[in-house]
Parts: sequence; structure tokens; C-alpha cells
Amino acid sequence: MIAALANPQRFMAVSRPLAPLLGGVSLVLFAVGLWLGFSAPEDYQQGDTVRIMFVHAPAATAGLVAYAALGAASFVGLVWRHALAEAAAKAAAPLGAAFTFLALVTGSLWGKPMWGTWWVWDARVTSVLVLFLLYLGYLALHAAIEDEQKAARAAAILALVGLVNLPIIRFSVDWWNTLHQPASVLRAGGPSMPSEFLTPLLLMMGAYLTAFGALWLVRIRSEVWRRRARRQAGAL
Amino acid sequence: MLAAGFYAALTALVPLAAGPEPERLALVAPGLAWIALVLASLLSLERLFERDLEDGALDLLALGGPPLEAVAAVKTKAQWLAVAAPLSLLAPIAAVALGADPGLAPVILLVALLGGLCFVAVGAVGAALAAGSRRGGLLIAVLVLPLLVPPVIFGAGAIQAADDGVPGGGLALLAAYTLAAAGLSPFATAAALRNAIS
Repeated sequence: MIAALANPQRFMAVSRPLAPLLGGVSLVLFAVGLWLGFSAPEDYQQGDTVRIMFVHAPAATAGLVAYAALGAASFVGLVWRHALAEAAAKAAAPLGAAFTFLALVTGSLWGKPMWGTWWVWDARVTSVLVLFLLYLGYLALHAAIEDEQKAARAAAILALVGLVNLPIIRFSVDWWNTLHQPASVLRAGGPSMPSEFLTPLLLMMGAYLTAFGALWLVRIRSEVWRRRARRQAGAL
Repeated sequence: MLAAGFYAALTALVPLAAGPEPERLALVAPGLAWIALVLASLLSLERLFERDLEDGALDLLALGGPPLEAVAAVKTKAQWLAVAAPLSLLAPIAAVALGADPGLAPVILLVALLGGLCFVAVGAVGAALAAGSRRGGLLIAVLVLPLLVPPVIFGAGAIQAADDGVPGGGLALLAAYTLAAAGLSPFATAAALRNAIS
């Protein structure tokens, strides 16, 4: 499937209807997820603020998924020197940075009423911050090298180094300190959350991930068009 | 030498910024000596490959017999011996001068030696990636600092554990991370260098 999509022409043909389709699915999921999120009962401890979870946790997930996508695209671009994969990596980075930033901001807004402070140096918060810094480094490196080919390859090497490091960073930060609640959706023994909260949370996760997919496709398409336009300008 | 001067100056600024009370300084002394070491070892990274790239020495090295991976490994070790190792000797002195328990000095020296190798190994990748770009020095810092989170945590943990009189702590983890970084970084560095001279 990926090999079939590696052909730029075929990719453009497939992604043209796929991007608006994913965007539409995302809008529907957002609508249903937000509706269920607002109609969910108040948490007995957190009250209304528990609803922040529905926009906070999926943003963090999308930020991580975007880094995985960035790493995979970088690997393909580096090993097979594939132009489309380089475009995909370049397109994923700002989206991932935006989702990670969103997770940090919503987390901070949630932390104020719940923990009584905008920011705590706890393990999960810190590792998301480091993820954001990794994105910033990637974007800075891509912007600092003028030759587009060289910039793409250097950034791809950095993305892979970061991908190898990410689990270690996660582990080290956990080792350092933990105050944040442990993961409560994906864990052995099933989710620890009642279904009134779990359903909207999963819907919102789907909404964020499809939104990422749709925006990613649009950005890859515009990157491909930009390169074509530049080549045409060079040919004239 | 320059890095050592920077390190000493940074240490001298700490009491001026945080206040001279010995109790307060003693609390933060090992951590500050450690973070100053990170910053000082970033300083000279910019010159690790940049000058070789400018005068064409890197092209010759790439054409020569030994693979670029070996060149990167040797340059990393040389950087460690020339810059990071002298800084490591300063680290316990700086920490004790700031009021850390003198009994901690051997642990701080060991952690600084290991950590210094790790900073150089990871830093070499950043230096090779930034080679040939504008504003190299600042860029290297932005690329490398997030990757240095694990060694900073493990090193601080090791010093903290020694301070509390507990064996172990992060020392084994720091050593493991350093070994892995020193072993893998030449490959990433060489890939980045090939890209820079292509």
C-alpha cells in the first residue's frame, strides 16, 4: 500500500479526495465527541474541569503520533532518498509542534484549578515539553540550511536521533519524578475510566488524529505543488 | 582553556545571582556545577567541524582511507580529552567552592568525566548537522540540549544519591547512556557530515 502510494502522481490522485474525506470525518467526530463531552456528568472530584481532558489528552497523543509519523517519513526519505517522504516529514513537523503546544497550554489551564498552579515539574509534563523542544530543533535546523535537499536530509537525521532518544527521555524523566496521574486509557487490565468519560475521550482522540491526517495530507500536497512550481520557474 | 574560563566565570556568577548565604548555596551547588558543565561543553562544539568544512579539510578526510565514521569517532574523543576532561577536573572544585560537601568531590568528578563524554558524543551529532548553516553555535545548542535530558537527569541523580549516602543512583544509567551515545554517535555524525559536504 505504501509502495503503491510512493508514486507521486498516484499519491496526488488518492490524496485529493482522501484529505477532505478525513477532514469531514474529523468534523463529525469533533461534533459528537464535544457533545458527549459536555453532556458527560461532572466528575465527583474535579467537577466541570474534567472536560478539559477531552481536548487535552488527545492533543498530547496527536503530538506523539505526529513525531512517529515524522520519524517514519524521515527514515524512508533518508534510506530511499524519496522526495515524497521528505515532503511528508517536512509537512508533519509544524503540525506536531502545534499539537504538542496545544497539549501544553490546555494542560496548564487544567493544572491551575486542579493542582493550584499553572506549571509543575512533573514527569509527563516535562517529557511533553522536551518533545516540543525536539520539534523546535527540527524546525530550526530545517530553516537554517538553505539548500533544500541538504536541509531535508540533515533534519531527517535529527528526527531519527530524536526518535531513538524519545523513549529514553521518557524513561529518564519518569525515573526523575512522578506526580502526574499514570496513564489511564492504555494499560493492562483495561481502562480505569467509566464509559461516560471514555467514549467522548476516544471520539476526541479519533477527531484529533483524523484532523492531523487531513491537515498532513493537505500540507504534503501543497509541498509537492510548491516544488513543482519552483521547478517550472527554474525551467523558464 | 576558553571553556574553562567560561566555566569559572559562570561559577563565580552563581553566588552573585542566588545570594551568598552558605546554606542556600550548598543546596544547589552540585546541580549548578553540573548544569554549568553542560553549558561549557556546548561552547566549543561549533568549531568541531565548521572550520574543517570551510577550509576543505573535511573533503580530504572524506576522500582518505579511513571511513568518515572513524574520523568522527576520533574527533569526538579528541574533543573530550581536550575540552571536556579539563572541565571535569574543575567541576568538583567549583562544587566545593560553592559549598558542596567535599566528600562528594570524587563522585562529582566521575559523573563529570562520564557526562562530559556523553555531552561531546551527542554534541558532535548536533555540530555535524549544523555545519555549514548560518548561526551555527546557537543552532547546535537548540538541537542538542533536549537530547541531553537523560544524562543530565542520571548525573544529577547519581550526585544526589551519593549526597544521601545511598549506593547506586543514576551512575549505572549514566554510564549505559554514555556508552550507547559514544558508540552510536559516530554513525549519525558521519551521515550528517556526508550530507554537509555533498
